[in-house]
Amino acid sequence: MILANLLIGTMWVALTAYVLLGGADFGAGWWALLTGRSRYGSRQRELIDHSIGPVWEANHVWLIFVIVLCWSGFPAVFASVSSTMYIPLTLVALGIIARGSAFAFRKASTATAQRHAYGSVFALSSVLTPFFLGTVAGGIASGRASLGIAQGDIITSWINPTSMLGGVLAVAAAAYLAAVYLCADAVREGADDLATAFRAKALVTAAVTGVVALAGIAVLHADAPVLYRGLIGPGLPIIIVSVVTGVASLALLLIRRYVACRVAAALAVTALLWGWAVAQYPLVLLPDTTIRMAAANPSVLLAALISSAVGAVLLVPSLLWMFVLFQRSPRRSRT
Amino acid sequence: MSAAEAVSAAVPGTPAQAAVLAVAHSPADLAAARTQMGFSLGWHIVIACFGVGMPAITLIAEWRGHRYDDPTYRLLAHRWARAMGVLFAVGAVSGTILSFEMGLLWPGMMYTYGEVIGLPFTLEGFAFFIEAIFLGIYLYAWDRLPPRVHMLTAVPICIAGVASAFFVVTANAWMNQPRGFDVDDGRVVQVDPWAAMFNPAAWPQTVHMIIAAFMVAGFGMAAVYAVAILRGRNDRYHRLGFRLPFTVGAVLAPVQIGVGDWAAKFLATNQPAKLAAIEGVYRTASGVPLHVGGVYRDGEMHYALEIPDGLSLLAHWDPGATIIGLAEFPAADRPPVNIVHWSFQIMVAIGFALLALGVWFAITWWRRRNLPRSSWFFAGAALAGVAAPIAVESGWITTEVGRQPWIVWGHMRTEDAVSPVPGLVVGLLAVLAVYLVLTITSVYVLRRLAKVPLAQDEDVP
Repeated sequence: MILANLLIGTMWVALTAYVLLGGADFGAGWWALLTGRSRYGSRQRELIDHSIGPVWEANHVWLIFVIVLCWSGFPAVFASVSSTMYIPLTLVALGIIARGSAFAFRKASTATAQRHAYGSVFALSSVLTPFFLGTVAGGIASGRASLGIAQGDIITSWINPTSMLGGVLAVAAAAYLAAVYLCADAVREGADDLATAFRAKALVTAAVTGVVALAGIAVLHADAPVLYRGLIGPGLPIIIVSVVTGVASLALLLIRRYVACRVAAALAVTALLWGWAVAQYPLVLLPDTTIRMAAANPSVLLAALISSAVGAVLLVPSLLWMFVLFQRSPRRSRT
Repeated sequence: MSAAEAVSAAVPGTPAQAAVLAVAHSPADLAAARTQMGFSLGWHIVIACFGVGMPAITLIAEWRGHRYDDPTYRLLAHRWARAMGVLFAVGAVSGTILSFEMGLLWPGMMYTYGEVIGLPFTLEGFAFFIEAIFLGIYLYAWDRLPPRVHMLTAVPICIAGVASAFFVVTANAWMNQPRGFDVDDGRVVQVDPWAAMFNPAAWPQTVHMIIAAFMVAGFGMAAVYAVAILRGRNDRYHRLGFRLPFTVGAVLAPVQIGVGDWAAKFLATNQPAKLAAIEGVYRTASGVPLHVGGVYRDGEMHYALEIPDGLSLLAHWDPGATIIGLAEFPAADRPPVNIVHWSFQIMVAIGFALLALGVWFAITWWRRRNLPRSSWFFAGAALAGVAAPIAVESGWITTEVGRQPWIVWGHMRTEDAVSPVPGLVVGLLAVLAVYLVLTITSVYVLRRLAKVPLAQDEDVP
């Protein structure tokens, strides 16, 4: 049982990294969608390209870890969710294809019309992909994927109030994270006017995300009672952390402390995810599938944990080096 | 195990529920799922081959560029790195889709056996992560790091690419030689994920695939320059761009034929139904001939060129050795012979053609220290860039279709692993449409990259 808890904890760490880093990538795509065709818009897109260019590929790998650790450690959960949520997950998969390849194609092409076309595909799929991922999370949280192959309804498992909340919240949180990240990047680039622009976007998105989260309380109360009871029960302290850091990030944004604001915004989103985890613990699938019931054989859990620990020793310094390399050194204009 | 039993093993709940699920999917859905998996995997394999082989070839060019202060090699390295970035991106997304499809299409297998084959995928995740990180650094830090350090950042990419291929193929090898678990009352118990990963098929399959990847990358890259040389751009840039990757492919061609023989011998003892399908051998016999070409019908090979005792000799180093025939297996357990036979034939034929081309190159080089002059040679090299991936696809069809009707050989049938949800055909059509667009755009973008005038490229990766 300890092994199963450790492994699901590891998965949740990977999921957190994906939501924070991959989420910011998705959000950057959302802002790219809204920049328009003006000279000013293209400067914003350049900043977005610079910021995510070297890192987006790595950010995206966290999702693969979540999937692979899920099927190793909790194969029944993986098979149950993916067979029931076949439609949104296929859409996520197609979105990932469109997004990743359009971004790479845009970097490799020079003609303006093509760059616009690839850019539009990139931006649109950046919005749709987190939305559908959010609907899957909402379906799981409201107990619509139960244990067994295709035991849930393949339509209402992801078209329902909680799933829609999950989808909108995922897009809003991604947009907020990205705006906050981009403020600090713009300052480092010396583009203070862009920083101001992204600050305004961040403030608006913060308001929207806050409203969606508040409205979410009512949605969960009506549509996902088990989760709701968990959130106002054992999950409450963590949810309070989320609210406090969220408000703090807003305050830091107002006084233009962008790097500190990044940390606060990341904490707010992290706390939201872990609040969900604590609220649902020890169930992995509602109504009654616990972590213990769904866990793989102990030998498998141990092997997954050992290889994750060894992998982390290689991975963490490499990741840090990459982030430091591209955060510290001056950027150079490139085409 | 019957279909209903297999599903009830995979699905908790009443036998009645399981029986409903077992018949819920239609043959069209199974065909759609297999087509979708085959298509997306087949697509990914070709791109992944470049991900495995191209970093090392690019690193050699960059190293020669610095070692001999040769700007042409440095330029080649820059340009290859740029193409590598595009290929890695589409390889990454097409690989991610596969991890989705494992659950979307084959939840029956993942439910029961996901934990048995999870380990190599976890390790592959780390290898892929390392590859993505250092590729980001390699592509974007060209002018931020000293040349020596920059070259060193390519080393983890090379190692991680090969390691990724190794881990993923061990998982496929496990489907051919399942190990490392017991089944008790429909649940897998006593799982040993390390034994599952290092199953007996792991070594022949991984070595064969990794060498194939380097050959695809080498011949594929060389083909671009072969076409340019055929069109008259016979300058030093194009000749070096041809020579380096082609040498990699040519050196590996004979090695690969030896490894292929090892892999076939492995089948003779470990997966005889597949070998029998490859050769269309119906009745168990000794001194079995090798069939070249031909069509299998009603337990006989028709119109094939027969080499007496050839198969016995190749499979066991003994012209009188016994070969197990398809008749030993129930009709429902036999793979479709003609597909397996012909894909194997195509792979072997291409393998020998690539060997011949490499020999031509080697002899000319040995005698004159120069590339062959004949345009036939360059036409052949241009074709090799297409033929090498075709050989990989054929080899992969041989091993995957040759495993049918089993998804986990001897344990679970493909039809019992497929998702019972309706609408798999729609999913297939959507995926086909997306891949069609992706293919056209990838080719277009890579061609545009190749057409950028050289002068524009001097200082930018």
